[in-house]
Amino acid sequence: MKDNLHGVYIIWYRDILRFWRDRARMLTSMAMPILYLVIFGTGIASFLDRGEDFDYIAFIYPGIICMVVVLGSIMSGITVVFDREFGFLKEVLVAPISRTAVAVGKAMGGATIASAQGLIMLVFIPFADVQMSVASGFMLVGLMIVLALSLTSMGLFIASRIRSMEAFQAVMQLLMFPLIFISPVMFPVETLPGWLATMVKLNPVSYGVDAIRQAVMGVEASAPFGIELFGYRMSIALDVAVVATFGIIMLMLAIRSFRVQE
Amino acid sequence: MTSIIEVEHLVKKFGDLVAVDDVSFDVAEGEIFGFLGPNGAGKTTTINILSTLMRPTKGKVTLCGHNVARRPNEVRRCIGMVFQDPSLDIKLTALQNMQFHTGVYSVPRDVAKERIRTVLEMVDLWERRNDTVQTYSGGMRRRLEIGRGLLHYPKVLFLDEPTLGLDPQTRFHIWNYILDLRKRLNITVFLTTHYMDEANVADRIAVIDHGKIIALDTPDALKRMVGGDVITLKTDNPEAAVAELKEKHNIEAQHGSEGIFFEVQNGEEFIPTLVKNFRSGLYSISMRRPTLDDVFIKLTGREIREEGGGEAVLMRAWAQRQASGGRGFH
Repeated sequence: MKDNLHGVYIIWYRDILRFWRDRARMLTSMAMPILYLVIFGTGIASFLDRGEDFDYIAFIYPGIICMVVVLGSIMSGITVVFDREFGFLKEVLVAPISRTAVAVGKAMGGATIASAQGLIMLVFIPFADVQMSVASGFMLVGLMIVLALSLTSMGLFIASRIRSMEAFQAVMQLLMFPLIFISPVMFPVETLPGWLATMVKLNPVSYGVDAIRQAVMGVEASAPFGIELFGYRMSIALDVAVVATFGIIMLMLAIRSFRVQE
Repeated sequence: MTSIIEVEHLVKKFGDLVAVDDVSFDVAEGEIFGFLGPNGAGKTTTINILSTLMRPTKGKVTLCGHNVARRPNEVRRCIGMVFQDPSLDIKLTALQNMQFHTGVYSVPRDVAKERIRTVLEMVDLWERRNDTVQTYSGGMRRRLEIGRGLLHYPKVLFLDEPTLGLDPQTRFHIWNYILDLRKRLNITVFLTTHYMDEANVADRIAVIDHGKIIALDTPDALKRMVGGDVITLKTDNPEAAVAELKEKHNIEAQHGSEGIFFEVQNGEEFIPTLVKNFRSGLYSISMRRPTLDDVFIKLTGREIREEGGGEAVLMRAWAQRQASGGRGFH
């Protein structure tokens, strides 16, 4: 057990070390969400008129934070594909630590990096003009970590099944768009037609966005944009439960997949 | 002597393909055990099973007293691996690669620090420890991998084609390291190779072909199987020469990459007899003592060196053989 905990730490530490050596890459992956926030936010806000107290940039800002975290999380799976291609995965798989430790270490490494990217987005607080208490700031960090762990696990599971870099990129492109845009990131969901609203509710990212929006805008201000499931308005705790459940299932699938690697 | 590796009736199938076909052998502690055969013979598959990376389809494999299928972590702790393909993190430095290794093998921090230094000095990379591995040459990377495989003081070191694609000088150096280590640490070495001279360092060699062990003995005993000297002829008409050898001397010569060749007792005395009245035009005659290459030809009728590399070739070759129903890789 002690060896496995230490194993988790070593796997995690290597991912951080590697990332730090290549940290310029982080900025390129954050460029798109930042453009969405600044250009889209300003552009769309200029012709939206939903009443005086609606601020579009403040609305999408929590969504953009989620977008950064989600992108960073699922792309971290590429490190597994990379390790397979360059042979390092063998060194990991022949080491005397359990496959669970390998998967958990990897998930934590990817989640740490994705959460850090989310944290950097906090520099846009003045631009989005939101008021946040210190307490809700901590809440936000916690929510980012939960969302990141959950989606990193998904990225890991997919990566453990894929042999080539090209295939991983293709699958990610295919997944990324619906995960991010069929959710309340860019628009409120309460006025959507039924079919689209259903798809939004099937997307685990939606609950992450909902929770983070409640933390950033405050529960009251975000109330009109919330998700209702079975006629029940989702609270932060319920959102976290959905995201975490999804993450645990994905992590278990990833562990199983690492166990039968040949 | 006690056996540190015990393999009983090992079978590994990939779908319908039988990569390892009922293989049994034991390796004694401290022994250098060679696995010799062409690419695609099942060497890497066997090593992958012994090192817990693959599960056996059938059969029992015990390493250091632990069953590989049931107690993989105990087995992993006891073995060191040097893979055929590179397995370093080239974005990290040599030192960081070593620290990762001592980390996942739970070598205590203070012990690890000292041992990393010893090993890096041994493979002549201490000076370059803070350079990323991507700046290393092929030979340096190989040396680093071998050093890393030894960091946790394994009882058994697996070397899967350790010097594949390296120049002769580097190969020579690497072998010096390995032999020196074996002397100092009394580790057991399990070696796969298709270089004949490399196999010579082994105490015992298993010759493997199409997933089966077709001979297992010391290198000298294997060479004695060939029985005599090997004579190679270069001629402008190989077919006629083969026929003439059969007619005059009752010798079954074979076609090889160097010309036609055959075995004969007392080669020195046979050559003058042969040259006298030989009708087919001869360019050259050469004679040598038998090598492991000749052993392989004797056992299979094929030369060992003709194939390309890697596991992919294995799979393709098997698939082709299955599809055509034929034998062989030519």
